[in-house]
Amino acid sequence: MNWNSAAEFFAMGGYALYVWGSFGACLVAFVAEPLLIRQRHNQAVRTLRRQTAAEKFEMEHP
Amino acid sequence: MSKQVTNWFRFSSPQVFYPLAGKMIPVFWVLAALFGAAGLWMGFFVAPTDATQGEGYRIIFVHVPTSWMSMFIYLVMAGWAAMGLSFNARLSSMMAQALAPTGALMAFLSLWTGAFWGKPMWGTWWVWDARLTSELILLFLYLGFIALQASIEDPRRADKAGAILALVGVVNVPIIYFSVIWWNTLHQGASVSINKSPTMAMTMLWGMLLMALCLWMYSVAVALTRVRAIILERESHTEWVKQLREVAV
Repeated sequence: MNWNSAAEFFAMGGYALYVWGSFGACLVAFVAEPLLIRQRHNQAVRTLRRQTAAEKFEMEHP
Repeated sequence: MSKQVTNWFRFSSPQVFYPLAGKMIPVFWVLAALFGAAGLWMGFFVAPTDATQGEGYRIIFVHVPTSWMSMFIYLVMAGWAAMGLSFNARLSSMMAQALAPTGALMAFLSLWTGAFWGKPMWGTWWVWDARLTSELILLFLYLGFIALQASIEDPRRADKAGAILALVGVVNVPIIYFSVIWWNTLHQGASVSINKSPTMAMTMLWGMLLMALCLWMYSVAVALTRVRAIILERESHTEWVKQLREVAV
């Protein structure tokens, strides 16, 4: 084990800004990307549903 | 023999691939989580402090995997684009399209983490060195591919134009890889001093490899999720999409 305390771990031997700046950016990116894609997928499904509903309406009320 | 070939080509149909991808995505998420947990554990708790760079070297556990993935994804993307171009297979082109944003993200993170490593160790966030510059060009190639495809209305024509851009850009990948050998760069070949003992070097190497596997599995999961969205967008006129359970009203 490299660390004697949590504070020591977060201090990263004086390199906290650089180490957490790197890992933090990656964390943000790898959380944000899947969320954005899910949003895109949901948007596509909504558009398709509207389309289907419109077609159905036209069929029933010619 | 011929029967097997037919079976493989079956998966090039978006209709067959869409549900298959949906089933595969959770598997890759689980693998990414397992490799990620193991890699972070190795990187922060097992790998020792570096002799010359102290704890600052731990950036390696994200810097090297994101850099590898940025190059690897480009090759895979260009491969799919080439298949789309030569076999006129639209799912292959959609795969290329789905990989581009993830590749761009990896290239960006490679540059970002590199800057955060360069500042404390070299004293600068950025230098116009061959390795850094060629990686920046890789990011621009991804962005160019995305922008070019977005700017052409007809998706099949966009696929072809994008494929040609992607294939021309492949030449940049070996340039990035060998830049530290071909030119006298500030970016060193191996930045971690492995002069303590072979076992310690092994734990650092394992941390790096596990993180690379984590990002690989992540990229597959994300690309498959994105290709499903692209399929819905581009196949919206087809009967099978309209009959999907999530779409039916």
